[in-house]
Amino acid sequence: MKHRIVADLSGLPLHGAGSSSQTWWGTLAFMLIEGIGFVLALAVYLYLASIAPQWPLGAPPPDPWPGTIIAALLLLSAIPNWLVGRWAEAQDLRKVRIGLVIMSVAGILPLIVRIWEFPALNVSWDSNAYGSILWILLGLHTAHILTDVMDTLVLTAVMFTRHGDNKRRYGDAQDNALYWYFVVLTWLPIYLCIYGVPRL
Amino acid sequence: MTRPPEDRDLRDTALDTGQEPDALERRLARIWRTPPGLVNALSTVDHKIIGRRYIVTAFVFLALGGVLAMLMRLQLAQPESRFLSPDLYNQVFTIHGANMMFLFAVPVMEAMAIYFVPLLVGTRNIAFPRLGAFSYWVYLFGGSMLWIAFILQMGPDVGWFAYVPLAGPQYSSGKRADIWAQMITFTEISALAVAIEIVVTVLKQRAPGMSLDRIPLVVWAWLVMAFMIIMAMPAVVTASSMLILDRLVGTHFFNPAEGGDVLLWQHLFWFFGHPEVYIIFLPAVGMISTMLPAFVRRPIFGYLPLVMALLTMGLLSFGLWVHHMFTTGLPRLGESFFTASSMAIAVPAGVQIFCWLATIWLGRPAFRVPFLFILAFFFTFVLGGMTGVMVASVPLDTQVHDTYFVVAHFHYVLVGGAVFPLLGAIYYWFPKITGRMMSERIGRWVAGLLFLGFNFTFFPMHILGLQGMTRRIYAYPAEMGWGGMNLFVSLCSVAMAAGFLLFFIDIFRSARHGEPAGDNPWEASTLEWATSSPPPPYNFVRIPVVTSASPLWDEKGSLPVVSGLAVNRRELLITGMGNATPEVRETSPQNSIWPFFAAIATSVMLVASIFTPWAVVWGAIPLTITLIGWFWPRGTPEDDS
Repeated sequence: MKHRIVADLSGLPLHGAGSSSQTWWGTLAFMLIEGIGFVLALAVYLYLASIAPQWPLGAPPPDPWPGTIIAALLLLSAIPNWLVGRWAEAQDLRKVRIGLVIMSVAGILPLIVRIWEFPALNVSWDSNAYGSILWILLGLHTAHILTDVMDTLVLTAVMFTRHGDNKRRYGDAQDNALYWYFVVLTWLPIYLCIYGVPRL
Repeated sequence: MTRPPEDRDLRDTALDTGQEPDALERRLARIWRTPPGLVNALSTVDHKIIGRRYIVTAFVFLALGGVLAMLMRLQLAQPESRFLSPDLYNQVFTIHGANMMFLFAVPVMEAMAIYFVPLLVGTRNIAFPRLGAFSYWVYLFGGSMLWIAFILQMGPDVGWFAYVPLAGPQYSSGKRADIWAQMITFTEISALAVAIEIVVTVLKQRAPGMSLDRIPLVVWAWLVMAFMIIMAMPAVVTASSMLILDRLVGTHFFNPAEGGDVLLWQHLFWFFGHPEVYIIFLPAVGMISTMLPAFVRRPIFGYLPLVMALLTMGLLSFGLWVHHMFTTGLPRLGESFFTASSMAIAVPAGVQIFCWLATIWLGRPAFRVPFLFILAFFFTFVLGGMTGVMVASVPLDTQVHDTYFVVAHFHYVLVGGAVFPLLGAIYYWFPKITGRMMSERIGRWVAGLLFLGFNFTFFPMHILGLQGMTRRIYAYPAEMGWGGMNLFVSLCSVAMAAGFLLFFIDIFRSARHGEPAGDNPWEASTLEWATSSPPPPYNFVRIPVVTSASPLWDEKGSLPVVSGLAVNRRELLITGMGNATPEVRETSPQNSIWPFFAAIATSVMLVASIFTPWAVVWGAIPLTITLIGWFWPRGTPEDDS
């Protein structure tokens, strides 16, 4: 078919942020998939609770302290996370580097506390169905933090190379910050479920 | 790599000097091509190459699943047959079902989307093309695992939906059920990856001017399918992971003795399993809506109601899952709700049928092979829909549950509703993929054999079901009186197999010796026909501008296009979600071997975790390394411009 040129798009920007970026949409899609995974895991928890004669099954309620410390750490981490997002938007390489180092640490800290959280559940995964779903919920969220920390560490390393000072990388840093909010937010319903429901 | 300064943002406008007429094409081909050689073949991210592989692989699985079906028909052709042992028969029907659903039907619909979505929306490659490459390899390895396990006498034997407690640790020792569960993980990872690609491509990469009301209907259908995959597949991954954990590390999700519940499995499985049917069906009806105008020479009747029907069916399909569980003794009120919603979904399905009938009524039909398949679809699918309304009612379902009536019903909707449109779509789009036409003469035979063969094979199964023949039995006594009808069914299935054989022969023959097709052999109206057949690596020399829902019919003389895109890097247009106004000139990733390595690492981890839970720990290390290799910037203009 013959062509007739009706517009010259040379003047368009070479990279977009936010909803003009494919990675932003990809991040949203991943959050949707994982969010549904969490909703399902919570639904299984409530389903099992609804058919059980008593809840929790054959174990005292979990000790809430490690989980509460993690909730506090995660909520606090939202502050540096917000700053990194802003610095990335302003394309300030030095501050983004510092911010990502802080965020790497902020991601590792809750993982360390979690070592004490699993025993604090007061039930093993193979004791009964209550223990199984508790370990799954906590395991899922741990995997969630772990993957995001890996992502943050690699991104931090990239920012310290010659590839760092680039619009695309700043966009990645913003998307990484967006994703961390998701990690923080998902913990809250899981936290309430694990520690709140057995005390109802 | 150093480049002359003027090369940094070289655009197609700079090549418009008129001195070399095909300078632009050559330049684009150099940037977008996949060079020859094995490593390059494993590294390609061209959506057409990946899509083609995906389609071919899915059809290989179809053929393999068909062989299993014929083995079952041979076994059931006479009473008390001893051709297959009960153990082998269990594996055969399980793998037939799992293979057809997870390795053929869903992947082939995604595969068609990988190939055609970018062409239909007028862009140069799919979004996140490396994810597409990764998805294909994971799918291939997962599918191979199932079949290799079958050859090694380790084939799953618990039915395609693997109900517990049968599939649990108590009643299924060995690794057969684990193979099933991990096959699920493989195929769901690959499906979710493709779903993300489709969503982002359709929302953000449409050609300028392709507003929401100008999107081809099949693309709408693929978009709804992708969202359904994202919403539904996590449920089956959750279920199969819990099953593996129950079997491997002693959790108790499905163990009633320790607070677990077997119906939990059915809820999770069918919360995925029912949308799954529509994940297969919606793209098929989208294909019909897009093909039909080319054969009746007029635009589709009722574009808006058809889009609404797709969205409504997508939504309603999530409210139907309990109708698979009517015989499990759930509360009466719940059953009534699910009966109502199961019948409600017949409304949008009916709206579609009437829109198509109106389109045909108002047009001038040309009875070419794809149109014959559309007609075959009408007849067969409407019958399947009727029995669907029947089994939506609890008393009737209670009578025919787990009988051949249900087997007949779901083959009518799946083969009639999805496979016939798909075969029509293959005849329709084959010329675009290969540049050659399939045979009209052989095609008529294929359509005829499959239509008659199918109906004569599966219609009697309704009656067998009403006579009480249960599904999944490997033999039946002669006194039941089912022998004659079963022999008839088995004989007719040979006609159906012959139809498929002829189809594959036609594919092989036409790929080499078919008549050259030209750009637009059907004189169709959508964008994929605006480029050459097969399309060049960059799809379109210039990105088209869309001014109507039938761009090639309404722009008869010449196609409006845009200029100004870079030719020194892989570049495509990002446009607005609603009106498709151009926003950004964005890069598209280079070929890379890392998605292939990442798929190998994933496969090793998944297969090993059938045997030890620690595989998830040590298997994560190579996976992480390959993912870093995948995402690490390379200093190319695509990564660092």
